[in-house]
Amino acid sequence: MRSDRLRRRHATTRVFRLLCATLAWAGIVILAVLLFHVTREGIRWLDLQFLTEFPSRFPEQAGIKSALWGTVWLIILTAGFSIPVGVAAAIYLEEFSPKDRLSQLIEVNIGNLAGVPSIVYGILGLVLFVRFLALGRSVLAGSLTMTLLILPVIIIAAREALRAVPDSIRQAAFALGATRWQAVRAQVLPVALPGILTGVILALSRAIGETAPLVMIGALTYVAFVPEGPMDAFTALPIQIFNWASRPQENFHQLAAAGIMVLLVTLLLMNATAVWIRQRAERTGR
Amino acid sequence: MNTQTRSNAHISATEQAQPVLDVIDVTIRYGDKPAINKVSLSIPQHRITAIIGPSGCGKSTMLRAFNRMNDFIPNVGMEGQILYMGSDIYAREVDPVEVRRRIGMVFQKPNPFPKSIFQNVAWGPSINGFSGNLEARVEQSIRRAALWEEVSDRLHESALALSGGQQQRLCIARALAMEPDVILMDEPCSALDPVSTARIEDLMFELKERYTIVIVTHNMQQAARVSNLTAFLENGSLVEFGETDQVFTRPRNKRTEEYVTGRFG
Repeated sequence: MRSDRLRRRHATTRVFRLLCATLAWAGIVILAVLLFHVTREGIRWLDLQFLTEFPSRFPEQAGIKSALWGTVWLIILTAGFSIPVGVAAAIYLEEFSPKDRLSQLIEVNIGNLAGVPSIVYGILGLVLFVRFLALGRSVLAGSLTMTLLILPVIIIAAREALRAVPDSIRQAAFALGATRWQAVRAQVLPVALPGILTGVILALSRAIGETAPLVMIGALTYVAFVPEGPMDAFTALPIQIFNWASRPQENFHQLAAAGIMVLLVTLLLMNATAVWIRQRAERTGR
Repeated sequence: MNTQTRSNAHISATEQAQPVLDVIDVTIRYGDKPAINKVSLSIPQHRITAIIGPSGCGKSTMLRAFNRMNDFIPNVGMEGQILYMGSDIYAREVDPVEVRRRIGMVFQKPNPFPKSIFQNVAWGPSINGFSGNLEARVEQSIRRAALWEEVSDRLHESALALSGGQQQRLCIARALAMEPDVILMDEPCSALDPVSTARIEDLMFELKERYTIVIVTHNMQQAARVSNLTAFLENGSLVEFGETDQVFTRPRNKRTEEYVTGRFG
């Protein structure tokens, strides 16, 4: 009787384990199929020329240079705006502001902002940056829009990272006569840094793949030059990919696939950098 | 100084040495809930004063009031005065950061910073504008914490690699590096094994030559072994305060007797 129930309990564990394993593998398999499909389509076009040529009407001559550089500009500027603002906001909310109604309200609001569709940020960017501040369809306007888009994500992730720092570290710092800033700067931030970095990279990865807000603020789809300053017009990888994919000719579809590969490799490089920085930060922390 | 009325027990205690900390009619509340209720006692210089009592009696709250660590807890209210060397540490013009530089603290669980041993000890002096020989200060502090022999060859390795007892002595060294007058210890041995506990207790004997020590402990044997004076708190009220010998062998109060003989708590 008793052992019967025990057997049933073990059986439940097995079933649940199988279910979880199946779902985990489903994700991996789908990703693998996708990668395989994209690689088979695009590998033929992926060569040095593809990276160094501008887009063209002739698929054989078309390259992704302007989109790649546009994305690089966009990400660097977005990182430059969003990291300081986002991390500073998180530090303020987590370490300095009193935990009252207002800060709860702000917290709920930031959570909501993280869920707002990106096209809405595009509209805001169009009105605020492109028109009102008259930045035009520049890479600056694009990166400011992207900054708004990913700021909530960065703030939430950085707050989580700060919250995960044991309070005993703050107490130890305060008991040594540290001011709040000294405690945060020298003891809390270094411990939170790996977590903050993870959040930042996830947010930037989102920015790199966003298309809708860029289309909204009028990023160009056919650009035969590389932006040389923040006020220049630009295009970005996802826009170029979308442009190629929407053409009727088969060759352009394959170009789109090659573009996707470039985008994925860029993402992978960013993530690898983040892992590397994080491990270094963790090692010096120990 | 003050001329408040105090219990007899505590007058005999203060005759021994000049008080460093004077607690006068202190009440501390968390919201509406009182944690410390009209406590008065004074802590003499270069003595070890133990605060004992059952869980939740307010001993940690009392201790944390001495270096204003309660300031970080929301909704804490305090009445009465705590005088350090005769001046009110809760006076409006007093900066709590200044108080904590003079009155150091060691916590229940060893909490070294996740940095090197050297950095752990050097950080306090360096953020407080210490301009002398930092390395000498670090060495002296670690020596006084009876840790030097064990770590002198690996000062730049992580403090987290030390054992629990070593970490706690490092935390003591870290507090000593500030050259405080008073060291508050909040159950410093409760996370340690008996051997480490004995080392820290030995250390406390040496430290009281230079420093005034206040220790909170729920271990009555420890209070009896290390302290010169013992305060017994129950439900936030001071039941008895006097020489440790007297409190443990000839308690004046019935509750104290019941507690120190292990009948409750």
